[in-house]
Amino acid sequence: MTGKNFPRKPRDKRPWYQAAFALGLNAWIPSWFKGEIFQGGIKGICVPALNCYSCPSAMGACPIGAMQTFFGGLRFNLSVAEKKFGLYVAGFLAAVGSAVGRMPCGWVCPFGFIQELIYKIPTPKLRIPHFMTYFRYAVLVTMVVALPLLIVDQFGYGETWFCKWICPAGTLEAGIPLMLIKADLRPLIGFMYYWKLGLLVLFVGWFVVSQRPFCRTVCPLGAFWGLFNKGSLFRMAVDDEKCTLCDKCHKDCPVEIKIYEQANSPDCVRCLRCVSSCKFGAISYEFLGKKEVAPDLRVPKAS
Amino acid sequence: MKRRLPWVLLAVSLGVMAVGLLLGEYRTVLEKAITVCLDCIGIG
Repeated sequence: MTGKNFPRKPRDKRPWYQAAFALGLNAWIPSWFKGEIFQGGIKGICVPALNCYSCPSAMGACPIGAMQTFFGGLRFNLSVAEKKFGLYVAGFLAAVGSAVGRMPCGWVCPFGFIQELIYKIPTPKLRIPHFMTYFRYAVLVTMVVALPLLIVDQFGYGETWFCKWICPAGTLEAGIPLMLIKADLRPLIGFMYYWKLGLLVLFVGWFVVSQRPFCRTVCPLGAFWGLFNKGSLFRMAVDDEKCTLCDKCHKDCPVEIKIYEQANSPDCVRCLRCVSSCKFGAISYEFLGKKEVAPDLRVPKAS
Repeated sequence: MKRRLPWVLLAVSLGVMAVGLLLGEYRTVLEKAITVCLDCIGIG
């Protein structure tokens, strides 16, 4: 059997799934012409991706933005005995993580898809040192949890620090489009807008030369779901007896991990490209009792 | 031996999510999501 006649699997069409999810999560196109954001009742549903809810056509809620809102309002809510703890969003995030770990990063997240597209621009490429991947945990703990909770105004409200100071997805999906379609917002442009725009420009430059740098070093959503990779229902596995350490999977991996060293690494976005690229049938995955192993594609030599 | 941890985690997570929904947190998320987030777009 050769790679040519091997039946194509969903994992081989992943960019189409990513494009479909990107459009599906931002499907309310009429908003772009009305100059407002979608305000339907379904928008309280959290989406499994870093997708800004202020994108004019966004259909759902960004879980990281929603979580910060709860942390930012927690002290005020406690002071007035309002029972709003963010359990809906926390439960949603943990449920997705328990089921599939970081898989939505590889298949659903529009911002991850954008990074993969920009990386296709042919230029010299840079690898990201592994130590930088730990920075995303610091972002999760400080910007999403600690600062919104600890630094509050006179009413007890904290800010959404990650959205305000860092999130380039918000600038790209909401900041720029809203300035284009809502003229009344333009006079409000000031330092913060230029700060976020500058940060976006820097990130886009990084996307050109490195693979998914935002996901790997900054994204708090990926940091959280990555913690579940080892214990989720969806599992990756590497057969040590079949693996030849040829390193093809490492070279093809969009987050540059060596899956043969740690099959369920918290860095893995479970795009399954390694399963397709392994010619020795060494990499497999399992979900709900169903195991998928790519066959050994080496052509037997004629005797 | 079947792995029980992910199932336990999933059940607890769904339970937590359900409690949040019963406390009316969906409404809070919806109110945030249908309002232009000034922080997100850089004018907050």
